[in-house]
Amino acid sequence: MESWGDVPILPVRTRRIIEWTAYLFILPAFIIVGAFHIFPVFYAIYISLNQGAINQFHFVGLQNYLQALTGSDFWSSLATTFIYAFMTLPVTIFLGLFFAYLLYQRVRGRGIYRTLFFLPYVISTVGSSIIWAWVFNPENGLANHLLSLAGIQPLRWLIEPSGVFGVLAAQFNWTIPSWAQGPSLALVAVSIFTVWQSMGYDVVLFLAGLTSLPGELYEAARIDGANAVQLFRFITLPLLAPTTFFVVVVSVIASLQSFNQIFAMNTAAAQTLGGPLETTNTLTVYMFNQLYTYSNYGYASALAVLLSLIILALTLLNFRLLGRRAEA
Amino acid sequence: MMNGEIVPTETLSPEQLGKKTEVVARRPPRRISGYLLHLALIAGAVWSVFPFIWMVLTSLKGYVEAAASQAILPQHWLFSNYAAAWNEVGMFPRYFANTIFISAATVLGVLVTSTLAGYAFARMSFPGRNLLFVILLATMMVPFEVTLVPNFILMRRLGWIDTYSALIIPWTASAFSIFLMRQFFRSIPGELYDAAVIDGSTHLRFLVSIVIPLSKPALITSALLTFLGSWNSLMWPLLVTNSPQLRPLQVGVATFITDAGTQVQLLLAAVTISVVPVILLYLFLQRWFIEGIATIGIRG
Repeated sequence: MESWGDVPILPVRTRRIIEWTAYLFILPAFIIVGAFHIFPVFYAIYISLNQGAINQFHFVGLQNYLQALTGSDFWSSLATTFIYAFMTLPVTIFLGLFFAYLLYQRVRGRGIYRTLFFLPYVISTVGSSIIWAWVFNPENGLANHLLSLAGIQPLRWLIEPSGVFGVLAAQFNWTIPSWAQGPSLALVAVSIFTVWQSMGYDVVLFLAGLTSLPGELYEAARIDGANAVQLFRFITLPLLAPTTFFVVVVSVIASLQSFNQIFAMNTAAAQTLGGPLETTNTLTVYMFNQLYTYSNYGYASALAVLLSLIILALTLLNFRLLGRRAEA
Repeated sequence: MMNGEIVPTETLSPEQLGKKTEVVARRPPRRISGYLLHLALIAGAVWSVFPFIWMVLTSLKGYVEAAASQAILPQHWLFSNYAAAWNEVGMFPRYFANTIFISAATVLGVLVTSTLAGYAFARMSFPGRNLLFVILLATMMVPFEVTLVPNFILMRRLGWIDTYSALIIPWTASAFSIFLMRQFFRSIPGELYDAAVIDGSTHLRFLVSIVIPLSKPALITSALLTFLGSWNSLMWPLLVTNSPQLRPLQVGVATFITDAGTQVQLLLAAVTISVVPVILLYLFLQRWFIEGIATIGIRG
């Protein structure tokens, strides 16, 4: 954020004047933001220290937090969240950078490609997850159809709680130990969907970053005899670091918060709201169930506060690990 | 410091954009073989688009065919599926009207609040300006899930459950839009304001008669992203509405999942009906969508 002093917003003579009408200008926004975005944060902390129905909260101190931290549900949903993030983030970011770099070359029809890549991102998650749930349909889905062309037996995808490696090994009549089963096939299927949905976003961000790079450096490096790989490795990547950093921070936050993809896809696969599989219960899905199905307001709020703390910690970690490099 | 600002003519204007990409396109190296390049890009494009094509094709199949046949193209193109889906979801017109009303009201609210606040933060001086702006930015970091429970309780206390108020009012101000507006307004030369003051103009008149007409790109971007968020939201409307009369399109489609059962072709026809408006809007206004996203990205 640039400092305020840099910008000669007003002529010097008027700068000291306090323009009281400014408060009227910001009032409508702050009423809404204050009531529905700032106040609820503090209210959430308060609720998380209580239990009971809405009109009969009673104070229980840190009991909700203890319940979360000592129970297994919180930890297993947290693990699912991280596995989901690890399956989606690197692939999405890699594909995003890959296609952005291809588009950055002198490509005919660049606008058309960019439009198509970004299309999944603007479509509602409900709509696209219904489509993908049908792609992954065990009986007549496109995914199994493609697998059958490769001679692979049909899989159960979204309703398959077994680990993906175990499922694959079973194709060859191998059995593998339970610790090597890997994440559930259902979670893998949701991850494939997520990669599909968010790839275009990363393409657009990376392409914007790439087009803002100074072209002279490429000229200079090519005169020095650098090849395409070297150009990418020693010029593009380092210069792109701020964009990459932003993409990583935003994607980490988004994937820890992702709810719609998993919820809508489970709903579409199971044809009931929420879906049946515990193996796809990320922290947000678990939280929503606590709220929607069990009306555990205090506990759900405690989970939300824990989630924000995790997001905050990871964002700070990202700033420490990547931020400095991005600025250099 | 213009560096890092959103400069209207460079970042968002279509004419300028065309020029800019042209210049940039000449720069980068041309080492990768053209064919491979296009092959990879086409593969990526197919990957992005095939679910939609498949959705439309399946929505035109017969019941047995959709459930059992593996042919890509429908045997008979049953456009009647669309009428059937439309009738099956008896509330479709109502869902559409709800969504359009909710989205439009939300967009209008966001434009008013963020134009006023963005202007104050960009052009006016008052005690606490920096602090209030930082507080505003901080709200962007708070996960939606945290405010979900309190806001739900708030809605109950206010008696807003099952009203349009709950679906619209909490979303009529957005820190992101205020930020976008402020950045844009700051790029408008200060001399314009000085001239307006000499002519006896107030801030409000200057904002309405000069700044807003100059800020169409930021207004459109902000409106589009707000509209998209509103049109596509699911969790909030699901929580705060009980009666179908109030539910927006996404909730309607989500509940149709259960009703459609095994009638996949009808479900996919319903989905197609629900996504076509957004696809059309996107195709016509895609520059604003993409520039909006890219602008947020560059800002960091």
